[in-house]
Amino acid sequence: MPTFNDFLILLPEAYLTVAACVILLMDAFLKGGQRVAIHWLSIIVLLVGAWLVIDGQPATAVSGFSGMFIRDPVAEILKVFSLLTTALMFIYSRGYLRDRNINEGEYYALTLFAVIGIMVLVSAGSLVTVYLGLELLTLSSYALVALNRDSKLSSEAAIKYFVLGALASGMLLYGMSMIYGATHSLDLATILHVQNVEWRNLMLFGVVFAIVGIGFKLGAAPFHMWIPDVYQGAPTAVTIFIGTAQKIAAFGMAYRLLDSGLGAYAHEWRMMLAVLAVLSLAIGNLLAIVQTNLKRLLAYSTISHMGFLLLGLVEANPAGYSAAMFYAISYALTSAAAFGIILAMSRAGFECEEIDDFKGLNQRSPWFAFLMMLVMFSLAGVPPLFGFFGKLLVLQSAIDAGFLWLAVVGAVFAIIGLYYYLRVVKVMYFDAPVEGTDVRAQPDMPLRFVLSLNALALLALGIAWGPLFAWCQRAFGITA
Amino acid sequence: MITLAHFIVLGAVLFCIAVAGVFINRKNVIVLLMAIELMLLAVNINFVAFSRFLGDVQGQVFVFFILTVAAAESAIGLAILTLLFRNRSTINVAEIDSMKG
Amino acid sequence: MLAEYWPVLLFIAVAIGLGIALLVIGLLAGTSRPTAEKLAPYECGFEAFEDARMKFDVRYYLIAILFIIFDLEIAFLFPWATVFSDLGVIALVEMGLFLLLLVIGFAYVWKKGALEWE
Repeated sequence: MPTFNDFLILLPEAYLTVAACVILLMDAFLKGGQRVAIHWLSIIVLLVGAWLVIDGQPATAVSGFSGMFIRDPVAEILKVFSLLTTALMFIYSRGYLRDRNINEGEYYALTLFAVIGIMVLVSAGSLVTVYLGLELLTLSSYALVALNRDSKLSSEAAIKYFVLGALASGMLLYGMSMIYGATHSLDLATILHVQNVEWRNLMLFGVVFAIVGIGFKLGAAPFHMWIPDVYQGAPTAVTIFIGTAQKIAAFGMAYRLLDSGLGAYAHEWRMMLAVLAVLSLAIGNLLAIVQTNLKRLLAYSTISHMGFLLLGLVEANPAGYSAAMFYAISYALTSAAAFGIILAMSRAGFECEEIDDFKGLNQRSPWFAFLMMLVMFSLAGVPPLFGFFGKLLVLQSAIDAGFLWLAVVGAVFAIIGLYYYLRVVKVMYFDAPVEGTDVRAQPDMPLRFVLSLNALALLALGIAWGPLFAWCQRAFGITA
Repeated sequence: MITLAHFIVLGAVLFCIAVAGVFINRKNVIVLLMAIELMLLAVNINFVAFSRFLGDVQGQVFVFFILTVAAAESAIGLAILTLLFRNRSTINVAEIDSMKG
Repeated sequence: MLAEYWPVLLFIAVAIGLGIALLVIGLLAGTSRPTAEKLAPYECGFEAFEDARMKFDVRYYLIAILFIIFDLEIAFLFPWATVFSDLGVIALVEMGLFLLLLVIGFAYVWKKGALEWE
């Protein structure tokens, strides 16, 4: 029976739900000039949400609603960073939405609902909560991808995303039903401690299907088919969400299901994850080389980054998880800046998503060329940027856990990946601008300022990565 | 006597038909939506059967949630479908291919 | 260890096999002697008025979409009602919150004009 205390644990989520409903109603009832308020209010709502998450964080893990909802340090970090990257995305997207006549109110409300989904998902203590959080996140995302109503690409990306996403959810659910049948429980903590499962084969079925579902949501090869089309077809203001907060959520889901629930089967699933990791690294890096569209390039780059993230999960120990979480955060912040720059350069009738659009950017807008260079170096893993330490820690933990061959594969593909990131930098600095085009950043001061901060933070966090990593380690119970 | 195994096999057969429906169907997106719905129903059969034979009510509660989420999912699917039809005047799966690479 | 995954492989094989088999059996075993009569749509014994594949007004879809969503709330109300007296006041508050969320959705739909037919 739920008590008042249960609702207290749920406070940040409850607060965000109320806020999202208020913004939804504001979208319906406010007119004309007053609608600017929705934009700023949404950002404030997210920041207050992040504050509530940190401020109300109990010292140890607590659970509510009979263990269905868990509030622990892992969930805290994942929630804070999904809220912050979403706030960044709101700041970057404003001009883009206005130029394309996309309904802003729907955008903010749907994104907020998706963020609530993320928060429920990363706090899940039961298969039901995993499923509900995941569906709230993905259903809102389907609608977000289709938000640009007059764009053929947008609706096509949405239907592909919908069909493949629903298929993945179905697979995951089928796996859950098997796990339920084998362990007689939906509660992850109970599933973890069930001894002598009656039908071991049934359980293994469940594990395989759960891995398929997780692979889909992460976008790891061979379940990556939707990523390139969705990244390219979705409005950039939505692609950024799929590239940042959703990746943090996917890590949270993988951790909850695989470690908190199926930890006893680590021996089985780590080999499957290793296969996914190698395939993602290979497919992501090799196909990214031939792309000419920057959004598509970033899509394949995501696939390879998910390969690295899986390298951390493969270890199935706290050191590996903390490295993978650090990686997810570093990737989310870097890709927020990457899409932020694309958004800043786009204007009405011009998407600025081809690599050729960035030709000679250094001559037109040296500051943004510099920021883009930082972002590309961070994605590639050039020291001393944020992305470098993400890769280093993941590879380190893989070696420590005895997966030397995986670490070698990771390092080789990281070097191959360097090529296509450097190509973007080369185009900006050494190619002449295309005649008759005028590519420059929007004169939106908040966007310019926050974007600069975001990109410079990649440098700052690269130099001072220690505290953040220590935070991640503490969350998994490692005391330095 | 109908045993648990019968229900599991029924669920598996429905699930296979649904997955085959998603992959084989090249004509109509609406059929894709139906296949997805069938898939969720197969899962529901599994849950209800396990719940009944294990004597544990949790599985049936989960089915309620799956049902409602499935409804929301098909609503969004239909909405995207009408959008797609408005933009492209077709819902033929084979023609949805303007992005490549 | 890999032998344990044999059932999974078998499952995939059966899934593909079944899908293909159903199509092939239908193709081979079914006798196909179409006549104009057989192919005609059946409409309660009447002659068909018009082609069944006529286009629906898109507004029907909109109503259908809204109907699906608001229709399903009853799935939660019934089980709740059967045990309501055992759960006490907190269950009443919870259901109130649930319905409030639906009302907010309804207000949004109404204000946005999705319920207007014209």
